[in-house]
Amino acid sequence: MDATPRELSYSQAIQEAMAIAMEVDERVFLMGEDIGVYGGAFQVTGDLVERFGPDRVMDTPISELGGAGVAVGAAMTGMRPIFEFQFSDFATLAMEQIVNQAAKMRFMLGGEVSVPVVMRFPAGSGTGAAAQHSQSLEAWLGHVPGLKVIQPATPHDAKGMLLAAIADPDPVMIFEHKLLYKMKGHVPEGHYTVPIGKADIRREGRDLTIVATSIMVHKALEAAATLEGEGIDVEVVDLRTIRPMDKQTIIDSVKKTSRLLCVYEAVKTLGIGAEVSATIAESDAFDYLDAPIVRLGGAETPVPYNPELEKATVPQVPNIIAAARDLVSGRR
Amino acid sequence: MATARKLETETNLPFAIRQYKPAELRDVLRKMYLIRRFEEGAEDSYTRGLIHGTMHLSIGQEASAMGICMPLAVEDQITSTHRGHGHCIAKGADVKRMFAEFFGKTTGYCKGRGGSMHIADVSMGNLGANGIVAGGIPIAVGAALSAKRMKTGKVVVSFFGDGANNEGAFHEALNMASIWKLPVIFVCENNGYGMSTSTARSTAVKNIADRAAAYSMPGVVVNGNIFSEVAEASYKAVERARAGEGPTLIESKTYRYRGHSKSDRNRYRTKEEIEDWISNRDPIMLFETELKEFGIVDDKGIEAIRESVRAEIEAGIEFAKASPSPQISDLDNFVYTEVA
Amino acid sequence: MPVEVILPKVDMDMATGQISRWFVTDGQSVKQGDVLFEIETDKAAMEIDAPASGTVRNISGKEGVDIPVGQPVAWIYAEGEAYGSVKAAPSTSPLRGEAAPLGAGGGGDKAPSVPPTPAVSPPTLPTSGEGGSGKARATPLARRLARENRLEIAALNGSGPHGRVTRADIMAAIAQPSTSPLRGEVAPQGADAVDKAQGSALHPTSALRAAPSPEGEGDAVLKLFEQGSYDLVPHDNMRKTIARRLVEAKSTIPHFYLTLDCELDALLALRKQLNDAAPVKKTDKGEAPVYKLSVNDMIIKAMAMALMAVPDANASWTESAMVKHKHADVGVAVSIPGGLITPIIRKAETKTLSAISNEMKDLAGRARNRKLKPEEYQGGTTAVSNLGMFGIKDFAAVINPPHATILAVGAGEERAVVKKGEIKIATIMSVTLSTDHRAVDGALGAELLTAFKRYIETPMGMLV
Repeated sequence: MDATPRELSYSQAIQEAMAIAMEVDERVFLMGEDIGVYGGAFQVTGDLVERFGPDRVMDTPISELGGAGVAVGAAMTGMRPIFEFQFSDFATLAMEQIVNQAAKMRFMLGGEVSVPVVMRFPAGSGTGAAAQHSQSLEAWLGHVPGLKVIQPATPHDAKGMLLAAIADPDPVMIFEHKLLYKMKGHVPEGHYTVPIGKADIRREGRDLTIVATSIMVHKALEAAATLEGEGIDVEVVDLRTIRPMDKQTIIDSVKKTSRLLCVYEAVKTLGIGAEVSATIAESDAFDYLDAPIVRLGGAETPVPYNPELEKATVPQVPNIIAAARDLVSGRR
Repeated sequence: MATARKLETETNLPFAIRQYKPAELRDVLRKMYLIRRFEEGAEDSYTRGLIHGTMHLSIGQEASAMGICMPLAVEDQITSTHRGHGHCIAKGADVKRMFAEFFGKTTGYCKGRGGSMHIADVSMGNLGANGIVAGGIPIAVGAALSAKRMKTGKVVVSFFGDGANNEGAFHEALNMASIWKLPVIFVCENNGYGMSTSTARSTAVKNIADRAAAYSMPGVVVNGNIFSEVAEASYKAVERARAGEGPTLIESKTYRYRGHSKSDRNRYRTKEEIEDWISNRDPIMLFETELKEFGIVDDKGIEAIRESVRAEIEAGIEFAKASPSPQISDLDNFVYTEVA
Repeated sequence: MPVEVILPKVDMDMATGQISRWFVTDGQSVKQGDVLFEIETDKAAMEIDAPASGTVRNISGKEGVDIPVGQPVAWIYAEGEAYGSVKAAPSTSPLRGEAAPLGAGGGGDKAPSVPPTPAVSPPTLPTSGEGGSGKARATPLARRLARENRLEIAALNGSGPHGRVTRADIMAAIAQPSTSPLRGEVAPQGADAVDKAQGSALHPTSALRAAPSPEGEGDAVLKLFEQGSYDLVPHDNMRKTIARRLVEAKSTIPHFYLTLDCELDALLALRKQLNDAAPVKKTDKGEAPVYKLSVNDMIIKAMAMALMAVPDANASWTESAMVKHKHADVGVAVSIPGGLITPIIRKAETKTLSAISNEMKDLAGRARNRKLKPEEYQGGTTAVSNLGMFGIKDFAAVINPPHATILAVGAGEERAVVKKGEIKIATIMSVTLSTDHRAVDGALGAELLTAFKRYIETPMGMLV
């Protein structure tokens, strides 16, 4: 009997979650552009249309606004749609239905309806897709009460958090980093959920807390391995959920290490790092800080086409290592 | 109100007189009065400072609301607009809970959280007024998708105004409803003005119903102030939808007597125009005349209806005044679905 | 590399000092150990020696101005060493760490600019760049640890960028209370170190008190008076220290007072007898008695012996334990021009009256010239303050920490007293004992005073 745990890619894990959900619950169905026979722009839906038919794996016209609205209406009236945006950048077209309708419907109607819609967004840079196909907009949506916003960083979490999202009675926005789709990791079989609203300590440490999201979790872990050799013991916290953010885990970690470094791909200014930093500054972890809070985030530019420029707009492992060294040595 | 029944075509009578019993028609008249008096009562309360924010009154559009909703069952659903009080009452809402909502009280339909622009009555199939022009149109299509997938036999009516027909969402929604043959009826209440901009200045087609052809669905123009005409068009569209034949676009040409909202100074239209509609084309007057003509109601009956409506409105306002306001400590309620 | 000459820390309280006099000039050759300048501290003047041989250059420390402890005031260049432009003091005392340029997304702070010649320096640690308020920089963690351990951030060296005090600095301060390596400094008394390590507030005069805060409240006072109706006299260090210590003592020590009268007749008679019996010795001024006892000398001895008789009153209060002293080190208040100082007769219980007397003369003389060494006036287990020479009948003195008692002595005067129902004349002196009620309560204080009175009224007892 083969004892090695089963490995799936991140995109396979998502597909498996959707298949499991559709098998057990006939209310669940998929909507998106080219998700049917094409298999989805990032091949996430794959052959689901053959297994479940075009009524449950619906190709929409290029109508993000209308399509998102249809998903909202379906969710309000008993269905559980999962709407795939082809690129997270196209959330901008659907903002009206996401922010004014999905997020607020329950509240405006005094609790008379829920909107159990899931929307998935392939996000992030590194594929040379340039400015309009490379953004990280999770902070925009994280800013809206009524939405839940998650960023699973591993195949295991991608499957578990998507299943949790589908079961969630409220709108859940999932930001998936494109460069993670092919990453492989252990994914248990069958149905399981990973809770929304709970961060994960991926690596324990004593000298510095790094709070990271999505692909930056992996860069932080890589940096931590190098830093270990220099006697710097880094704790890496995978935030996983943007809203509702797991503040307690971050607070407890910073109380332990006394130093905080936030690493995220999205534009640094007015991003998630600002929220994490302020959370610590307002909490009783403040009295445990022995160094300034530092954020590494995306550059204040649109994502460029040239590959070197593109890499330079997001934090990379050497940046994380350098910032960690400065903080722990007291140079900063 | 009325359940689906076979279309009466045998005689020369107006559709409504043929199709519906006298008691039902008197009830329609009462409802039209109820809408009118509700709007007037809301307006009066607003001027007395009892209502926060603003209001978008549909006085003059009563036949349009009632006519569209006539063939709908309770389970059928509607989405509405910021000018949705009439739709709400036409779909069976209780005016006292509407007043309570406008007064921001917890007994209101939205527990005081929504107000006039988001008034809803989900149990009666009203999925809500919407503050975003064309916001409700894709949602209605989604509800129709649910109906089709879950095979409930429900149909969904999407109310919107002439302004909405130029929003992208309108076009995307009609397209999807058509390609997927969904049981949705698109009802454009064209009162001539998108806030201050006339359809002549804003819309590239003469009749909004002309746009139906672009989405391969029937487009029907009706006189929105004649109840029977509206009801007939609605009836046919509902049957079509229930039969699985797909959507229809109905353009209901009507008029609103009041400005767009409470801030409107009516600078974009003439007093004569408004007067003309009020004096010569008032939907309640026209319907009353028709009913009297066919002996379905007399002056005494009308008087009784008016009095009953007056009492109901008065009681509704009193109920709203006496109702409690929400607690500040309950501010966070309803943002998310509380998991028990 | 030229050798720095810094303004050294010579007093436990000291954050700044003033150079009262330079003995060398720019370009002068010196040998290691030669006196370079004299420094006026809170209490006394100290001579500072050259740390190396060579040529003195760049005398930047001006006379008569407050200079922060640790700041370079001159450089000594070795024979033949090139005298170029001296880099602006890289080691201005508090800035031990370099400020690294801020990295990704940094705030654009400049590297700290250190003034090369401090003309007038602020009494607190120099901060870089903005810092008009002169507030010390410290991490939140350092501040909390400082609070918990009753340390003052402003008096600590910060090893972080911009002189920022970090946790490491606090932990270092706790482990080793005095970080300045300078000669002349009093070694922290044993109890000090123990208590600091335990985080207790031992020595209110410890180096780790911040300088009192300045101008604002002075303006409010001046507003009450007509312009031109007053002169403003800036405080010297002694005045500042007196003010600080007194406020501290009065506000933290619960004072308790006991008064009694002593009959001096026997003591005065003994004194005369002893002084008359004093041998004479030859001095360059002619003949002088080997000793000349004053009433105060005998009071000192009486106090010392009383403390031996009531040893529980010979104590100092600390948060964690009562320090019970084995010896009576009696501080004696000496009025000097501009203020007051309290030199100490150590182990007074072991010293004869003449030894005490001669020691007092020496100490008082040097006190008036501000030539006392810190170990001569710091510490002690009690104090005596005598205003009798001014005719004061009685008064209550303020305790000098770390003491638990102070005896205030009034004038001896002839008074009518009642003895066995009859009015007699006696020379009576009123004394008031102030006690730190935490360490010495009423009954114990009374015991001490009674013992003192016994030694005063049967003074032969002091000779054994």
